[in-house]
Amino acid sequence: MSLLTDKKLIIIGDRDGIPAPAIEECFKNIDAQVVFSSTECFV
Amino acid sequence: MNSVLAATSYILVHTPDMVLHNGTTQTTEKTVNPGSDYLKALPQHIRSYEQALSYAPNQAYIGGMTPDELDKMPQPWYPNPVEKAERFAKYGEIMPQDEFLLLLQACDVFDLAFLSKDFVAKTKPAFEQHFLMREDIVARVKEGVDVENIRKNVEEEHAEGLYHLGELVGYIKRAHDVDANLAAHVILENLVSKASSVLALLHLVHNAGINADEIEYVIDCSEEACGDMNQRGGGNFAKAAAEIAGLSNATGSDQRAFCAAPAHALVTAASLVKAGTFKKVVVTSGGSTAKLGMNAKDHVRKDMPVLEDTVGGFAALISVDDGVNPEIDLDIVGRHVVGTGSSPQAVITSLVLKPLENAGMKIADVDKYAAEMQNPDITKPAGAGDVPQANFKMIAALAVKSGEIGRTELNSFIEEHGMVGWAPTQGHIPSGAPYLGFARQDILDDRIKTAMIIGKGSLFLGRMTNLFDGISFVLRKNRGKQAPEQAISKLEVRGLIAEALRAFAGSMMDESGGSHA
Repeated sequence: MSLLTDKKLIIIGDRDGIPAPAIEECFKNIDAQVVFSSTECFV
Repeated sequence: MNSVLAATSYILVHTPDMVLHNGTTQTTEKTVNPGSDYLKALPQHIRSYEQALSYAPNQAYIGGMTPDELDKMPQPWYPNPVEKAERFAKYGEIMPQDEFLLLLQACDVFDLAFLSKDFVAKTKPAFEQHFLMREDIVARVKEGVDVENIRKNVEEEHAEGLYHLGELVGYIKRAHDVDANLAAHVILENLVSKASSVLALLHLVHNAGINADEIEYVIDCSEEACGDMNQRGGGNFAKAAAEIAGLSNATGSDQRAFCAAPAHALVTAASLVKAGTFKKVVVTSGGSTAKLGMNAKDHVRKDMPVLEDTVGGFAALISVDDGVNPEIDLDIVGRHVVGTGSSPQAVITSLVLKPLENAGMKIADVDKYAAEMQNPDITKPAGAGDVPQANFKMIAALAVKSGEIGRTELNSFIEEHGMVGWAPTQGHIPSGAPYLGFARQDILDDRIKTAMIIGKGSLFLGRMTNLFDGISFVLRKNRGKQAPEQAISKLEVRGLIAEALRAFAGSMMDESGGSHA
């Protein structure tokens, strides 16, 4: 049980920081639903 | 025989009105929040041409100062203008917006760009005096139309207005009634890309001291797409720009890979020359109006000037080995492949560590790294941090991880092998390419022996893949003109085999004491 259990997640990654797939990977073992995941570029 | 980096050019165009009218941060805001405080405050944060000219990172971009000199200046750089800043420097220039609008019209071959009579009359004398504007380019600038005609087209005919210092001075006509790919704003975006590429090409030919006819192939690596509804990304910016720049003996094509495209194009160009397909290949790129003022909301919020007010461009000439210019070493090419993964560690491993390991080299063997060279004055206030430093930190961390350097040497490694960023956030423009000119000079002057150019690209923005991308290569001191590798003909092979057989037969005869025929 974690803070994010049963929550819906929106993941925005940064291409020069932590990309979305890497963040998504961190939530694989938690019962949270990733509803949107995307890496964005700010440069 | 490797190819060499024979010359480079770098240009900026100060486009304050395009920040307001064509940058997507602003056009989006006008759509979703037209009366916003941001839009009201924005004009007070726009810089004059003189301010953009004396901005230290801009001077570094065109070669008016070195990265080391820029590094010594106190940061942030925007409150500390350069004294006696010049429009023209070693690698190119910072062109003012009014002259650029005339160049833009000179680049229009479909009668889509119109300027007012008064504006043309006022600007043409300066444009004519530009030392690179040939008569045939100047002759392409039309006399102009009246202001009423401009207003009517912008208000009633879906034209895109062209502005200078707040005044409507022209328009871009849509090239089709229905096709969104030929809408006025797309044509404007593409003409800006083409015209800034032409300016980079003109400077490159001048810097290289060659005849424009010597260039055989041009690769455009910008981030725009030109085409119609049946072939949206048909191209070819390269050939279109080559035509206006007077490269009459060249053909070309476009290479696209988001921000990684310049590095991809340079590897392609070097390969074409190394293979003997062409002797002189140019990689060129213009800039993007869409990214103007991309982080301006943060700059305005922090009461700073809008620093993303220039369109960028660059060009590089790749030639056959002349025994002098730095070689592009194609034995050391890093690739982010499909299976690499997207974590920063995986990306840098594939682009830096792997290719060097394959060549029997260490990370510290490369004197200078150039990855993402974005100007931190722009990115830090917007919360994106210091992008070049983040890249160098990751390279240094890999050097620590592989046991090359100790943990305590991390910062000194970054200082020695990295550099400050100075490029405008024009996407592909900062990606490795800004250092090419300085790298060539640093190698020629024996300040360094090797430099790795790293291009990285955000493919996921196109929504076709979640993959990241990147490619890298090494520039090294010329090892002396190498003769083409000796090829052995079939005839020579036959001769060698016959000779060996004769020797073998002879030895058999000697052993047996005679023939057994």
